[in-house]
Amino acid sequence: MAEKRHMNRNSWFGRLQTLPTHYIFMLTDKEVKHIANLARIKISEKEEKSLKKDLSSILEYIEKLNEIDTTGVEPLYQTTGLVNSFRKDEPRGEFKMDENLNEKLIGQAPRKENRFIKVGSVFEKNK
Amino acid sequence: MNNGYTIKDIRDGLAKGHFTAEEIFKKYSDKIKKENKKLNAYLSVFENYKLETENSTAMPLWGVPCAIKDNVLIEGTITTAGSKILKNYISAYDAAVIKKLRQTGATFLGKTNMDEFAMGSSTENSAYGVTKNPHDITRVPGGSSGGSAAAVAADLAVFALGSDTGGSIRQPASLCGVVGLKPTYGRVSRHGLVALASSLDQIGPITKNVYDSALVLGAISGHDIFDSTTVPGIVPDYTKNLTKDIKGLRVGVPKEFFGEGLEDEVNQKVRESISKLKDMGCEIVDISLPHSKYALAAYYIIVPCEASANLARFDGIRYGHSSKEAKTLLDTYTESRSEGFGAEPKRRIMLGTYALSSGYYDAYYLKAQKIRALIKKDFDNAFNLSTGGVDVIVGPTSPGTAFKIGEKASDPLSLYLSDIYTVPVNLAGIPALSLPCGKGRKSNLPVGFQIIGRPFDEETVLRVSYQLEQALK
Repeated sequence: MAEKRHMNRNSWFGRLQTLPTHYIFMLTDKEVKHIANLARIKISEKEEKSLKKDLSSILEYIEKLNEIDTTGVEPLYQTTGLVNSFRKDEPRGEFKMDENLNEKLIGQAPRKENRFIKVGSVFEKNK
Repeated sequence: MNNGYTIKDIRDGLAKGHFTAEEIFKKYSDKIKKENKKLNAYLSVFENYKLETENSTAMPLWGVPCAIKDNVLIEGTITTAGSKILKNYISAYDAAVIKKLRQTGATFLGKTNMDEFAMGSSTENSAYGVTKNPHDITRVPGGSSGGSAAAVAADLAVFALGSDTGGSIRQPASLCGVVGLKPTYGRVSRHGLVALASSLDQIGPITKNVYDSALVLGAISGHDIFDSTTVPGIVPDYTKNLTKDIKGLRVGVPKEFFGEGLEDEVNQKVRESISKLKDMGCEIVDISLPHSKYALAAYYIIVPCEASANLARFDGIRYGHSSKEAKTLLDTYTESRSEGFGAEPKRRIMLGTYALSSGYYDAYYLKAQKIRALIKKDFDNAFNLSTGGVDVIVGPTSPGTAFKIGEKASDPLSLYLSDIYTVPVNLAGIPALSLPCGKGRKSNLPVGFQIIGRPFDEETVLRVSYQLEQALK
Protein backbone atom coordinates (compact mmCIF):
# COMPACT_ATOMS: atom_id res chain seq x y z
CA MET A 1 0.00 0.00 0.00
CA ALA A 2 2.70 2.44 1.02
CA GLU A 3 4.66 1.78 -2.16
CA LYS A 4 1.64 2.14 -4.35
CA ARG A 5 0.84 5.52 -2.88
CA HIS A 6 4.28 6.87 -3.56
CA MET A 7 4.09 5.80 -7.17
CA ASN A 8 0.90 7.84 -7.51
CA ARG A 9 2.57 11.03 -6.41
CA ASN A 10 2.16 13.92 -8.77
CA SER A 11 5.18 14.82 -10.76
CA TRP A 12 5.11 18.50 -9.88
CA PHE A 13 6.13 17.58 -6.41
CA GLY A 14 9.42 16.53 -7.97
CA ARG A 15 9.36 12.97 -6.77
CA LEU A 16 8.47 10.34 -9.32
CA GLN A 17 10.52 7.45 -8.05
CA THR A 18 9.13 4.80 -5.75
CA LEU A 19 10.89 5.03 -2.43
CA PRO A 20 12.10 2.02 -0.50
CA THR A 21 9.66 0.72 2.12
CA HIS A 22 11.96 1.58 5.03
CA TYR A 23 13.01 5.16 4.77
CA ILE A 24 12.86 8.35 6.74
CA PHE A 25 9.97 10.28 5.25
CA MET A 26 11.21 13.66 4.07
CA LEU A 27 9.39 16.31 2.09
CA THR A 28 11.45 18.23 -0.44
CA ASP A 29 12.06 22.00 -0.23
CA LYS A 30 10.01 22.37 -3.37
CA GLU A 31 7.08 20.54 -1.79
CA VAL A 32 7.16 22.69 1.33
CA LYS A 33 7.22 25.87 -0.78
CA HIS A 34 4.38 24.60 -2.93
CA ILE A 35 2.19 23.76 0.10
CA ALA A 36 2.85 27.17 1.66
CA ASN A 37 1.76 28.81 -1.57
CA LEU A 38 -1.44 26.74 -1.69
CA ALA A 39 -2.13 27.57 1.98
CA ARG A 40 -1.56 31.27 1.30
CA ILE A 41 1.05 31.57 4.04
CA LYS A 42 4.35 33.30 3.47
CA ILE A 43 7.08 31.38 5.26
CA SER A 44 10.63 32.42 6.06
CA GLU A 45 13.60 30.21 5.26
CA LYS A 46 13.92 29.31 8.91
CA GLU A 47 10.23 28.35 9.07
CA GLU A 48 10.62 26.34 5.90
CA LYS A 49 13.36 24.25 7.50
CA SER A 50 11.45 23.55 10.71
CA LEU A 51 8.16 22.92 8.88
CA LYS A 52 9.94 20.48 6.60
CA LYS A 53 11.24 18.54 9.59
CA ASP A 54 7.98 18.66 11.61
CA LEU A 55 5.66 17.82 8.72
CA SER A 56 7.92 14.98 7.61
CA SER A 57 7.92 13.39 11.05
CA ILE A 58 4.14 13.70 11.36
CA LEU A 59 3.63 12.26 7.87
CA GLU A 60 5.93 9.41 8.76
CA TYR A 61 3.84 8.71 11.86
CA ILE A 62 0.67 8.82 9.77
CA GLU A 63 2.14 6.15 7.47
CA LYS A 64 1.11 3.59 10.05
CA LEU A 65 -2.47 3.81 8.77
CA ASN A 66 -1.32 1.84 5.76
CA GLU A 67 -0.90 -1.21 7.99
CA ILE A 68 -4.69 -1.63 7.79
CA ASP A 69 -6.43 -2.90 4.70
CA THR A 70 -9.50 -0.68 4.26
CA THR A 71 -10.76 -2.22 1.04
CA GLY A 72 -14.56 -2.12 1.03
CA VAL A 73 -14.80 0.05 4.16
CA GLU A 74 -17.25 2.94 3.87
CA PRO A 75 -15.69 6.21 5.11
CA LEU A 76 -17.33 7.85 8.13
CA TYR A 77 -17.69 11.61 7.71
CA GLN A 78 -20.00 12.30 10.62
CA THR A 79 -21.45 10.36 13.50
CA THR A 80 -24.93 11.69 14.31
CA GLY A 81 -26.76 9.73 11.63
CA LEU A 82 -28.73 12.86 10.73
CA VAL A 83 -29.59 13.16 7.04
CA ASN A 84 -30.71 16.40 5.39
CA SER A 85 -31.15 18.71 8.34
CA PHE A 86 -33.58 21.31 7.01
CA ARG A 87 -34.93 24.52 8.43
CA LYS A 88 -37.69 26.74 7.13
CA ASP A 89 -36.56 29.21 4.52
CA GLU A 90 -37.90 32.26 6.29
CA PRO A 91 -36.31 35.54 7.33
CA ARG A 92 -35.13 35.30 10.93
CA GLY A 93 -35.96 38.84 11.87
CA GLU A 94 -33.60 38.92 14.82
CA PHE A 95 -31.06 41.09 13.06
CA LYS A 96 -32.15 44.49 11.81
CA MET A 97 -30.00 46.11 9.19
CA ASP A 98 -29.08 49.40 10.78
CA GLU A 99 -25.94 51.36 11.53
CA ASN A 100 -25.30 49.26 14.61
CA LEU A 101 -25.30 45.97 12.71
CA ASN A 102 -23.39 47.57 9.89
CA GLU A 103 -20.69 48.57 12.35
CA LYS A 104 -20.60 45.07 13.83
CA LEU A 105 -20.16 43.41 10.48
CA ILE A 106 -18.18 45.90 8.41
CA GLY A 107 -16.65 47.91 11.23
CA GLN A 108 -13.91 45.39 11.84
CA ALA A 109 -12.53 45.36 8.33
CA PRO A 110 -9.00 46.75 8.46
CA ARG A 111 -9.54 48.86 5.34
CA LYS A 112 -12.94 50.30 4.60
CA GLU A 113 -14.79 53.27 3.21
CA ASN A 114 -18.31 54.03 4.42
CA ARG A 115 -20.23 50.80 4.14
CA PHE A 116 -17.69 49.11 1.93
CA ILE A 117 -14.65 46.95 2.52
CA LYS A 118 -11.61 47.94 0.52
CA VAL A 119 -9.61 45.19 -1.12
CA GLY A 120 -6.12 45.42 -2.62
CA SER A 121 -5.57 45.16 -6.34
CA VAL A 122 -5.21 41.75 -7.90
CA PHE A 123 -2.44 42.87 -10.23
CA GLU A 124 0.67 44.87 -9.47
CA LYS A 125 1.06 48.16 -11.31
CA ASN A 126 3.74 48.24 -13.98
CA LYS A 127 6.91 49.61 -12.54
CA MET B 1 -6.03 22.94 47.57
CA ASN B 2 -9.43 24.32 48.53
CA ASN B 3 -11.93 23.54 45.81
CA GLY B 4 -14.11 26.55 46.59
CA TYR B 5 -17.75 26.95 45.67
CA THR B 6 -19.78 24.45 43.67
CA ILE B 7 -22.94 25.48 41.84
CA LYS B 8 -24.97 24.00 44.68
CA ASP B 9 -22.99 26.06 47.24
CA ILE B 10 -23.76 29.25 45.32
CA ARG B 11 -27.43 28.40 44.93
CA ASP B 12 -27.71 27.55 48.65
CA GLY B 13 -25.82 30.70 49.64
CA LEU B 14 -28.13 32.85 47.50
CA ALA B 15 -31.26 31.12 48.81
CA LYS B 16 -30.18 31.56 52.43
CA GLY B 17 -29.16 35.16 51.86
CA HIS B 18 -25.48 34.63 52.74
CA PHE B 19 -24.59 36.76 49.76
CA THR B 20 -26.27 38.37 46.76
CA ALA B 21 -25.50 37.45 43.16
CA GLU B 22 -23.67 40.74 42.77
CA GLU B 23 -21.57 40.13 45.86
CA ILE B 24 -20.48 36.68 44.78
CA PHE B 25 -19.64 38.00 41.30
CA LYS B 26 -17.53 40.75 42.88
CA LYS B 27 -15.84 38.25 45.16
CA TYR B 28 -14.72 36.20 42.17
CA SER B 29 -13.72 39.27 40.16
CA ASP B 30 -11.51 40.46 43.01
CA LYS B 31 -9.98 37.03 43.41
CA ILE B 32 -9.19 36.89 39.69
CA LYS B 33 -7.59 40.32 39.86
CA LYS B 34 -5.35 39.10 42.65
CA GLU B 35 -4.45 35.61 41.47
CA ASN B 36 -4.63 35.61 37.68
CA LYS B 37 -1.15 37.12 37.29
CA LYS B 38 0.31 33.94 38.74
CA LEU B 39 -1.75 31.53 36.62
CA ASN B 40 -2.62 33.42 33.40
CA ALA B 41 -5.91 31.49 33.26
CA TYR B 42 -7.94 34.48 32.01
CA LEU B 43 -7.19 36.49 28.89
CA SER B 44 -9.90 39.06 29.54
CA VAL B 45 -12.16 39.83 32.49
CA PHE B 46 -15.58 41.47 32.54
CA GLU B 47 -15.62 44.03 35.28
CA ASN B 48 -19.31 44.74 35.27
CA TYR B 49 -21.82 42.52 36.92
CA LYS B 50 -24.78 42.13 34.62
CA LEU B 51 -27.89 40.18 35.52
CA GLU B 52 -31.26 41.52 34.62
CA THR B 53 -33.45 38.51 35.27
CA GLU B 54 -35.10 37.57 38.53
CA ASN B 55 -33.98 34.53 40.47
CA SER B 56 -36.22 31.53 39.97
CA THR B 57 -36.02 27.77 40.32
CA ALA B 58 -36.49 27.55 36.56
CA MET B 59 -33.04 29.10 36.22
CA PRO B 60 -30.70 26.56 37.78
CA LEU B 61 -27.58 28.67 37.20
CA TRP B 62 -28.99 32.02 38.32
CA GLY B 63 -26.25 34.10 39.89
CA VAL B 64 -23.53 31.51 39.25
CA PRO B 65 -20.32 33.13 37.92
CA CYS B 66 -18.59 31.16 35.19
CA ALA B 67 -15.63 31.39 32.81
CA ILE B 68 -15.78 30.90 29.04
CA LYS B 69 -13.04 29.58 26.79
CA ASP B 70 -11.86 32.34 24.49
CA ASN B 71 -13.08 30.62 21.34
CA VAL B 72 -16.75 31.10 22.24
CA LEU B 73 -18.35 34.39 21.18
CA ILE B 74 -19.92 36.75 23.71
CA GLU B 75 -21.49 39.73 21.95
CA GLY B 76 -19.59 42.97 22.16
CA THR B 77 -16.50 41.46 23.76
CA ILE B 78 -13.14 40.38 22.40
CA THR B 79 -12.66 36.78 21.28
CA THR B 80 -9.06 35.90 20.40
CA ALA B 81 -9.16 32.08 20.20
CA GLY B 82 -5.64 32.38 21.65
CA SER B 83 -4.39 33.87 18.39
CA LYS B 84 -2.70 37.11 17.46
CA ILE B 85 -4.73 37.17 14.25
CA LEU B 86 -7.89 37.85 16.33
CA LYS B 87 -6.25 40.13 18.87
CA ASN B 88 -8.86 42.89 18.48
CA TYR B 89 -11.79 40.88 17.19
CA ILE B 90 -15.10 41.92 18.77
CA SER B 91 -17.82 39.26 18.72
CA ALA B 92 -20.81 40.30 16.64
CA TYR B 93 -23.24 37.96 18.41
CA ASP B 94 -23.68 35.53 21.30
CA ALA B 95 -22.81 31.88 20.74
CA ALA B 96 -25.76 29.49 21.19
CA VAL B 97 -24.30 28.20 24.47
CA ILE B 98 -23.94 31.77 25.78
CA LYS B 99 -27.58 32.49 24.96
CA LYS B 100 -28.57 29.35 26.83
CA LEU B 101 -26.40 30.19 29.84
CA ARG B 102 -27.93 33.66 29.95
CA GLN B 103 -31.40 32.08 29.90
CA THR B 104 -30.49 29.95 32.90
CA GLY B 105 -29.10 32.96 34.76
CA ALA B 106 -25.33 32.38 34.74
CA THR B 107 -22.99 35.38 34.91
CA PHE B 108 -19.74 35.71 32.96
CA LEU B 109 -16.46 36.49 34.68
CA GLY B 110 -14.24 36.48 31.63
CA LYS B 111 -12.61 34.56 28.79
CA THR B 112 -10.00 31.90 29.41
CA ASN B 113 -6.66 31.14 27.83
CA MET B 114 -6.22 28.35 25.31
CA ASP B 115 -3.87 26.96 22.71
CA GLU B 116 -4.14 28.99 19.54
CA PHE B 117 -7.35 27.91 17.73
CA ALA B 118 -7.55 25.03 20.24
CA MET B 119 -4.52 23.38 18.64
CA GLY B 120 -2.53 21.87 21.45
CA SER B 121 -2.54 19.97 24.71
CA SER B 122 -0.72 22.36 27.07
CA THR B 123 -1.78 26.00 26.35
CA GLU B 124 1.87 26.57 25.39
CA ASN B 125 0.62 27.38 21.89
CA SER B 126 -1.35 30.40 23.10
CA ALA B 127 -0.16 33.69 21.60
CA TYR B 128 -0.75 35.21 25.04
CA GLY B 129 1.58 33.07 27.14
CA VAL B 130 1.17 29.70 28.86
CA THR B 131 -1.36 29.07 31.64
CA LYS B 132 0.13 27.52 34.77
CA ASN B 133 -1.22 24.50 36.56
CA PRO B 134 -2.62 25.55 39.97
CA HIS B 135 -1.24 22.33 41.50
CA ASP B 136 2.33 23.23 40.45
CA ILE B 137 2.98 26.45 38.58
CA THR B 138 6.07 25.04 36.87
CA ARG B 139 3.76 22.67 35.00
CA VAL B 140 1.22 22.98 32.19
CA PRO B 141 -2.52 22.77 32.90
CA GLY B 142 -3.06 20.66 29.79
CA GLY B 143 -4.99 21.96 26.82
CA SER B 144 -6.36 23.25 24.78
CA SER B 145 -8.97 24.37 27.39
CA GLY B 146 -6.16 24.86 29.92
CA GLY B 147 -7.33 28.30 31.06
CA SER B 148 -10.83 27.00 31.81
CA ALA B 149 -9.52 23.96 33.73
CA ALA B 150 -7.01 26.04 35.71
CA ALA B 151 -9.67 28.67 36.54
CA VAL B 152 -12.01 26.02 37.95
CA ALA B 153 -9.22 24.17 39.80
CA ALA B 154 -8.02 27.42 41.45
CA ASP B 155 -11.61 28.51 42.19
CA LEU B 156 -11.36 31.54 39.93
CA ALA B 157 -14.75 30.45 38.53
CA VAL B 158 -17.54 28.22 39.77
CA PHE B 159 -17.56 26.40 36.46
CA ALA B 160 -16.28 26.93 32.94
CA LEU B 161 -16.98 25.98 29.36
CA GLY B 162 -14.36 24.37 27.18
CA SER B 163 -14.30 22.83 23.73
CA ASP B 164 -13.07 19.33 22.91
CA THR B 165 -11.90 18.22 19.46
CA GLY B 166 -9.53 15.45 20.54
CA GLY B 167 -9.42 15.73 24.32
CA SER B 168 -9.27 19.49 24.92
CA ILE B 169 -11.79 19.38 27.78
CA ARG B 170 -10.90 16.02 29.33
CA GLN B 171 -7.09 16.16 29.23
CA PRO B 172 -6.78 19.57 30.99
CA ALA B 173 -9.50 18.50 33.46
CA SER B 174 -7.39 15.42 34.17
CA LEU B 175 -4.17 17.42 34.62
CA CYS B 176 -5.88 20.03 36.85
CA GLY B 177 -7.91 17.60 38.97
CA VAL B 178 -11.40 18.76 37.92
CA VAL B 179 -14.36 17.19 36.09
CA GLY B 180 -14.47 17.62 32.31
CA LEU B 181 -17.24 16.34 30.05
CA LYS B 182 -17.23 16.03 26.28
CA PRO B 183 -20.85 15.50 25.22
CA THR B 184 -21.95 13.38 22.25
CA TYR B 185 -21.32 15.02 18.89
CA GLY B 186 -24.66 16.67 18.11
CA ARG B 187 -25.68 17.27 21.74
CA VAL B 188 -24.51 20.90 22.09
CA SER B 189 -24.65 23.61 19.43
CA ARG B 190 -21.32 24.97 18.17
CA HIS B 191 -22.92 28.10 16.67
CA GLY B 192 -20.57 30.88 17.74
CA LEU B 193 -17.62 28.61 18.45
CA VAL B 194 -14.44 29.38 16.50
CA ALA B 195 -14.22 26.16 14.48
CA LEU B 196 -11.21 23.86 14.54
CA ALA B 197 -12.35 20.53 13.04
CA SER B 198 -16.06 20.69 12.40
CA SER B 199 -16.70 16.94 12.30
CA LEU B 200 -15.22 16.58 15.83
CA ASP B 201 -15.64 19.85 17.79
CA GLN B 202 -17.98 19.80 20.78
CA ILE B 203 -18.52 22.25 23.67
CA GLY B 204 -18.78 20.95 27.22
CA PRO B 205 -18.56 21.85 30.91
CA ILE B 206 -15.54 21.88 33.22
CA THR B 207 -16.75 21.71 36.81
CA LYS B 208 -15.73 20.93 40.38
CA ASN B 209 -17.93 17.86 40.64
CA VAL B 210 -20.12 15.52 38.60
CA TYR B 211 -23.41 17.01 39.82
CA ASP B 212 -22.41 20.42 38.45
CA SER B 213 -21.37 18.79 35.19
CA ALA B 214 -24.85 17.28 34.82
CA LEU B 215 -26.45 20.62 35.63
CA VAL B 216 -24.42 22.63 33.11
CA LEU B 217 -24.79 19.99 30.40
CA GLY B 218 -28.57 20.22 30.78
CA ALA B 219 -28.37 23.99 30.45
CA ILE B 220 -26.31 24.07 27.23
CA SER B 221 -27.72 21.03 25.35
CA GLY B 222 -30.35 20.91 22.67
CA HIS B 223 -31.23 21.39 19.05
CA ASP B 224 -30.22 24.63 17.36
CA ILE B 225 -31.20 25.64 13.84
CA PHE B 226 -27.82 27.35 13.47
CA ASP B 227 -25.89 24.10 13.96
CA SER B 228 -27.37 21.47 11.65
CA THR B 229 -25.46 18.69 13.43
CA THR B 230 -27.48 19.13 16.64
CA VAL B 231 -30.13 16.48 17.07
CA PRO B 232 -33.80 17.29 17.71
CA GLY B 233 -35.59 16.01 20.79
CA ILE B 234 -36.00 16.70 24.47
CA VAL B 235 -32.94 17.18 26.66
CA PRO B 236 -33.21 14.94 29.73
CA ASP B 237 -32.69 16.23 33.27
CA TYR B 238 -29.18 14.89 33.68
CA THR B 239 -29.25 15.27 37.48
CA LYS B 240 -32.30 13.03 37.88
CA ASN B 241 -30.75 9.58 37.76
CA LEU B 242 -27.34 10.27 39.27
CA THR B 243 -28.07 8.18 42.37
CA LYS B 244 -29.79 5.30 40.59
CA ASP B 245 -28.02 2.07 41.58
CA ILE B 246 -25.17 1.01 39.28
CA LYS B 247 -25.11 -2.55 40.57
CA GLY B 248 -24.94 -4.99 37.66
CA LEU B 249 -23.77 -2.40 35.12
CA ARG B 250 -21.20 -3.80 32.75
CA VAL B 251 -17.96 -1.84 32.66
CA GLY B 252 -15.53 -2.49 29.80
CA VAL B 253 -11.78 -2.15 30.25
CA PRO B 254 -10.04 -1.94 26.87
CA LYS B 255 -6.62 -3.58 26.89
CA GLU B 256 -5.37 -1.04 24.33
CA PHE B 257 -5.67 1.76 26.93
CA PHE B 258 -3.13 0.12 29.23
CA GLY B 259 -0.22 -0.40 26.88
CA GLU B 260 3.17 1.15 26.32
CA GLY B 261 3.53 4.80 27.32
CA LEU B 262 1.11 4.69 30.26
CA GLU B 263 2.84 5.97 33.40
CA ASP B 264 2.88 3.53 36.34
CA GLU B 265 1.30 5.91 38.83
CA VAL B 266 -1.56 6.65 36.41
CA ASN B 267 -2.08 2.94 35.78
CA GLN B 268 -2.18 2.32 39.54
CA LYS B 269 -4.80 5.00 40.26
CA VAL B 270 -6.97 3.95 37.33
CA ARG B 271 -6.80 0.29 38.44
CA GLU B 272 -7.85 1.34 41.95
CA SER B 273 -10.92 3.07 40.54
CA ILE B 274 -11.79 0.01 38.51
CA SER B 275 -11.58 -2.13 41.69
CA LYS B 276 -13.83 0.38 43.37
CA LEU B 277 -16.44 -0.02 40.63
CA LYS B 278 -16.19 -3.77 41.10
CA ASP B 279 -16.75 -3.39 44.84
CA MET B 280 -19.81 -1.29 44.04
CA GLY B 281 -21.34 -4.19 42.14
CA CYS B 282 -20.32 -3.42 38.56
CA GLU B 283 -19.29 -6.26 36.36
CA ILE B 284 -15.79 -5.62 35.00
CA VAL B 285 -15.30 -6.95 31.48
CA ASP B 286 -12.04 -7.09 29.53
CA ILE B 287 -12.64 -5.75 26.04
CA SER B 288 -10.64 -4.85 22.96
CA LEU B 289 -10.81 -1.80 20.70
CA PRO B 290 -8.36 -3.14 18.12
CA HIS B 291 -8.27 -0.05 15.88
CA SER B 292 -7.87 2.53 18.64
CA LYS B 293 -4.09 2.46 18.21
CA TYR B 294 -4.62 4.01 14.78
CA ALA B 295 -6.87 6.78 16.09
CA LEU B 296 -4.16 9.36 16.65
CA ALA B 297 -2.74 8.95 13.14
CA ALA B 298 -6.22 9.27 11.60
CA TYR B 299 -6.89 12.27 13.83
CA TYR B 300 -3.75 14.03 12.64
CA ILE B 301 -5.05 13.82 9.10
CA ILE B 302 -8.68 14.73 9.75
CA VAL B 303 -8.00 17.71 12.04
CA PRO B 304 -5.40 19.45 9.86
CA CYS B 305 -7.57 18.92 6.77
CA GLU B 306 -10.67 20.41 8.36
CA ALA B 307 -8.66 23.12 10.14
CA SER B 308 -6.96 24.21 6.92
CA ALA B 309 -10.43 24.77 5.43
CA ASN B 310 -11.87 26.44 8.54
CA LEU B 311 -8.90 28.77 8.91
CA ALA B 312 -9.05 29.86 5.27
CA ARG B 313 -11.48 32.57 6.42
CA PHE B 314 -8.64 34.50 8.01
CA ASP B 315 -7.66 36.52 5.00
CA GLY B 316 -6.84 39.94 6.43
CA ILE B 317 -9.80 41.51 4.62
CA ARG B 318 -13.01 41.33 6.64
CA TYR B 319 -11.71 41.15 10.21
CA GLY B 320 -8.64 40.18 12.17
CA HIS B 321 -5.02 41.09 11.60
CA SER B 322 -4.14 42.61 8.26
CA SER B 323 -0.55 43.09 7.17
CA LYS B 324 0.59 46.65 6.67
CA GLU B 325 3.27 45.47 4.23
CA ALA B 326 0.89 44.01 1.67
CA LYS B 327 0.67 45.62 -1.76
CA THR B 328 -1.48 43.25 -3.80
CA LEU B 329 -4.48 41.16 -2.80
CA LEU B 330 -2.37 38.00 -2.72
CA ASP B 331 0.15 39.73 -0.44
CA THR B 332 -2.68 40.64 1.91
CA TYR B 333 -3.53 36.95 2.25
CA THR B 334 -0.05 35.53 2.54
CA GLU B 335 1.45 38.22 4.74
CA SER B 336 -1.52 38.68 7.08
CA ARG B 337 -1.63 34.92 7.65
CA SER B 338 2.13 34.72 8.03
CA GLU B 339 2.17 37.46 10.67
CA GLY B 340 -1.06 36.45 12.41
CA PHE B 341 -0.78 32.69 12.82
CA GLY B 342 1.57 31.02 15.29
CA ALA B 343 3.73 27.97 14.59
CA GLU B 344 1.15 25.25 15.34
CA PRO B 345 -1.68 26.64 13.17
CA LYS B 346 0.86 27.08 10.38
CA ARG B 347 1.99 23.50 10.86
CA ARG B 348 -1.54 22.14 10.77
CA ILE B 349 -2.75 24.33 7.90
CA MET B 350 0.27 23.18 5.89
CA LEU B 351 -0.31 19.54 6.78
CA GLY B 352 -4.01 19.77 5.91
CA THR B 353 -3.32 21.61 2.68
CA TYR B 354 -0.80 18.93 1.71
CA ALA B 355 -3.19 16.07 2.53
CA LEU B 356 -6.03 17.68 0.57
CA SER B 357 -3.93 18.78 -2.40
CA SER B 358 -4.53 17.26 -5.80
CA GLY B 359 -3.79 13.54 -5.90
CA TYR B 360 -3.52 13.02 -2.15
CA TYR B 361 -7.15 12.98 -1.03
CA ASP B 362 -7.59 9.20 -1.28
CA ALA B 363 -4.30 8.42 0.42
CA TYR B 364 -4.88 10.67 3.40
CA TYR B 365 -8.34 12.12 4.13
CA LEU B 366 -10.34 9.25 2.66
CA LYS B 367 -8.06 6.67 4.24
CA ALA B 368 -8.39 8.40 7.63
CA GLN B 369 -12.20 8.49 7.37
CA LYS B 370 -12.21 4.77 6.61
CA ILE B 371 -10.07 4.10 9.68
CA ARG B 372 -12.49 6.32 11.58
CA ALA B 373 -15.36 4.03 10.52
CA LEU B 374 -13.43 1.06 11.89
CA ILE B 375 -12.78 2.86 15.19
CA LYS B 376 -16.47 3.68 15.52
CA LYS B 377 -17.33 0.06 14.77
CA ASP B 378 -15.02 -1.10 17.58
CA PHE B 379 -17.02 1.04 20.02
CA ASP B 380 -20.36 -0.08 18.54
CA ASN B 381 -19.35 -3.71 19.01
CA ALA B 382 -18.19 -3.09 22.57
CA PHE B 383 -21.47 -1.35 23.46
CA ASN B 384 -23.72 -3.87 21.69
CA LEU B 385 -25.82 -5.36 24.49
CA SER B 386 -27.28 -8.11 22.29
CA THR B 387 -23.81 -9.61 21.97
CA GLY B 388 -22.89 -9.25 25.63
CA GLY B 389 -21.66 -5.68 25.30
CA VAL B 390 -20.89 -3.19 28.06
CA ASP B 391 -22.70 -0.08 29.40
CA VAL B 392 -19.62 2.10 29.79
CA ILE B 393 -15.93 1.87 28.92
CA VAL B 394 -13.31 3.09 31.38
CA GLY B 395 -9.60 3.81 31.39
CA PRO B 396 -7.08 6.62 31.87
CA THR B 397 -7.83 10.08 30.41
CA SER B 398 -4.19 10.81 29.60
CA PRO B 399 -1.11 8.57 29.83
CA GLY B 400 0.62 10.92 32.28
CA THR B 401 0.14 13.67 34.84
CA ALA B 402 0.89 17.37 34.24
CA PHE B 403 4.28 17.82 32.56
CA LYS B 404 6.79 20.63 32.95
CA ILE B 405 6.34 23.79 30.90
CA GLY B 406 8.62 23.45 27.87
CA GLU B 407 9.15 19.71 28.33
CA LYS B 408 7.33 18.69 25.15
CA ALA B 409 7.44 21.98 23.29
CA SER B 410 10.20 21.08 20.83
CA ASP B 411 8.60 17.87 19.58
CA PRO B 412 4.99 18.25 18.38
CA LEU B 413 4.56 14.50 18.01
CA SER B 414 5.38 13.70 21.64
CA LEU B 415 2.83 16.31 22.71
CA TYR B 416 0.20 14.78 20.43
CA LEU B 417 0.62 11.47 22.28
CA SER B 418 -0.91 12.91 25.48
CA ASP B 419 -4.29 12.71 23.70
CA ILE B 420 -3.96 9.05 22.75
CA TYR B 421 -6.91 7.86 24.93
CA THR B 422 -9.19 10.82 24.28
CA VAL B 423 -8.94 11.06 20.48
CA PRO B 424 -10.73 7.76 19.66
CA VAL B 425 -13.80 9.07 21.54
CA ASN B 426 -14.05 12.17 19.32
CA LEU B 427 -13.62 10.12 16.17
CA ALA B 428 -16.53 7.91 17.28
CA GLY B 429 -18.58 10.98 18.32
CA ILE B 430 -19.49 9.50 21.72
CA PRO B 431 -19.63 11.13 25.19
CA ALA B 432 -16.88 10.83 27.79
CA LEU B 433 -16.06 12.36 31.16
CA SER B 434 -12.77 12.78 32.99
CA LEU B 435 -13.11 12.31 36.74
CA PRO B 436 -10.32 13.09 39.20
CA CYS B 437 -9.36 9.76 40.82
CA GLY B 438 -6.66 10.81 43.26
CA LYS B 439 -3.05 11.86 42.97
CA GLY B 440 -0.13 9.92 41.54
CA ARG B 441 2.06 8.24 44.17
CA LYS B 442 5.27 9.58 42.68
CA SER B 443 4.32 13.03 41.36
CA ASN B 444 1.55 13.89 43.81
CA LEU B 445 -0.33 15.37 40.83
CA PRO B 446 -3.96 14.73 39.82
CA VAL B 447 -4.84 11.68 37.73
CA GLY B 448 -7.94 11.53 35.52
CA PHE B 449 -10.24 8.53 35.06
CA GLN B 450 -12.12 8.46 31.78
CA ILE B 451 -15.67 7.10 31.54
CA ILE B 452 -16.96 6.64 27.98
CA GLY B 453 -20.59 6.00 27.03
CA ARG B 454 -22.93 5.18 24.18
CA PRO B 455 -24.00 7.97 21.82
CA PHE B 456 -26.41 10.34 23.64
CA ASP B 457 -26.16 8.29 26.83
CA GLU B 458 -24.52 11.00 28.93
CA GLU B 459 -26.92 9.91 31.67
CA THR B 460 -25.16 6.61 32.29
CA VAL B 461 -21.72 8.24 32.02
CA LEU B 462 -22.72 10.85 34.61
CA ARG B 463 -24.38 8.27 36.85
CA VAL B 464 -21.31 6.01 37.00
CA SER B 465 -19.06 9.07 37.44
CA TYR B 466 -21.20 10.50 40.22
CA GLN B 467 -21.24 7.30 42.23
CA LEU B 468 -17.55 6.62 41.73
CA GLU B 469 -16.84 10.20 42.81
CA GLN B 470 -18.78 9.60 46.05
CA ALA B 471 -16.96 6.31 46.64
CA LEU B 472 -13.54 7.93 46.10
CA LYS B 473 -14.20 10.67 48.65
